Amino acid sequence: MTDLLPLIVAKYNYWLYVILMMIGLYAMIAKNNLIKKLVGMNIFQTAIILFYVSIGYKTDATIPIIQNAHGGQGAHSAVIHAADYINPLPHVLMLTAIVVSVATFGVAMALAVRIYQRYQTLEEDELRMRLADIGLEE
Amino acid sequence: MHWPIDLIVLTFVIFCAIAAISVKDLLGTAILFGAYSFMMCLLWAVMGAVDVAFTEASVGAGVSTVFFVAAVFRTSRRTKD
Amino acid sequence: MRFLGFIIVCLTGALLLYGTGEFPDWGDPDSPASTHLSNHYIEKAIEETQVPNLVTAVLADYRGFDTMFETAVVFCAGLACFLLLRDFSQKKERFYRHTPTGVILHVKDSKKTLKVGKEFEHMDKDWVPSDLIIKTVCRILIPFIQIYALYVVAHGDFSPGGGFQGGVIFGSSLILLAISYDLKTLVRRVNEKVIGIFAALGVLIYVGIGVICMSMGGNFLDYSKLAPLVPGDPHHIRALGMLGVEIGVGIAVTAAMAIIYINIVSEGRHDEGL
Repeated sequence: MTDLLPLIVAKYNYWLYVILMMIGLYAMIAKNNLIKKLVGMNIFQTAIILFYVSIGYKTDATIPIIQNAHGGQGAHSAVIHAADYINPLPHVLMLTAIVVSVATFGVAMALAVRIYQRYQTLEEDELRMRLADIGLEE
Repeated sequence: MHWPIDLIVLTFVIFCAIAAISVKDLLGTAILFGAYSFMMCLLWAVMGAVDVAFTEASVGAGVSTVFFVAAVFRTSRRTKD
Repeated sequence: MRFLGFIIVCLTGALLLYGTGEFPDWGDPDSPASTHLSNHYIEKAIEETQVPNLVTAVLADYRGFDTMFETAVVFCAGLACFLLLRDFSQKKERFYRHTPTGVILHVKDSKKTLKVGKEFEHMDKDWVPSDLIIKTVCRILIPFIQIYALYVVAHGDFSPGGGFQGGVIFGSSLILLAISYDLKTLVRRVNEKVIGIFAALGVLIYVGIGVICMSMGGNFLDYSKLAPLVPGDPHHIRALGMLGVEIGVGIAVTAAMAIIYINIVSEGRHDEGL
């Protein structure tokens, strides 16, 4: 039992990301409403972003902005240790991922509005029925 | 020793996510999803990813929610699940 | 379907949970992600680019080519919303309100229009009375939000922030105008054509800076070659180049957010909405 506790602390975060990812995947597969599916997709996306950000975390390190460098003078004299700063690379990748996610979210919402204009529903089973009525699907 | 804050916020995030996909009112989903994004932003700020947290606060909690409400305004608010 | 989905999700989750056993501990400074490549960026970025914010340095300089296409993705999202939803057909019926008396006129003939001015005003179909407090507070608040957005863009080198965040905040100030007044006010203030041109202009600024670098004899987006064109300390030329790029990103993102919002909320007719 004494060995288990540090293991839980070290890995607890990762387990919660997996749970978040499972929630998102379940919403994408099982929910009937298209907008609910989109919410599931976004939850999935943020779970992955969270995973990436937590990879870059270092204990006893500060945010990735170099200290005492605003005048441009101190930067050259001071030696910078990589262990003092959190890894910036996952942050950069995920920053652009968030912006792209809002762009795709906007397009998805536009598609949902367009679908509602034509079929007056966003429920997947009703959409299938409407499509079957007009002969696009068996 | 800040990991308890981290874990508390993570638990809130999971509650918000479950609530957002199980509410039967899409406007409620929009607001809960905004709350989810904001909790996520707090979590990233705790982890030291300030740029990512800032982006999520303005994009995820702000503009995404507005797009969501706009789309719900133009479609239906009710849903079966 | 629901049960099947649950089983699939549980299987995937179990696989992932099994995989977490191999991960390094959370916050371990010796994890593989923090030992090989990132140390170079942390230790050398300030020397090579003169930008203290490492995220901006990597985003706009080391992988500036990638960020250019991220901007293009946001631009394409705005374009896709426009093409999906824009509807140029005039609505058949209109509502007018006679301001002195408050009488509401419902005009069903699409050819008849009333002159909007002191006497009559346009009205949305789902009309709510305008709230003086909300209007006034938003009118005071919007300029401050816009100044803050400009600050975020300009200080992207030194503090958290940058083109994406600043652009989104500026776009949300435009959206706030549309929400607190009505959509017509926003469309009248910022013309649709102007927004479209700005969205393209942002991407063009980004590409243009890269092309100028090339014409000065460097690689694409090699900001150090801009030094003869810009007066001032040549050491800070990379920071200035990044600022120019961030401004381009901010303009493109602002315009794309406004386009997406206006098209979704009015179903592409740009007449009434939230």
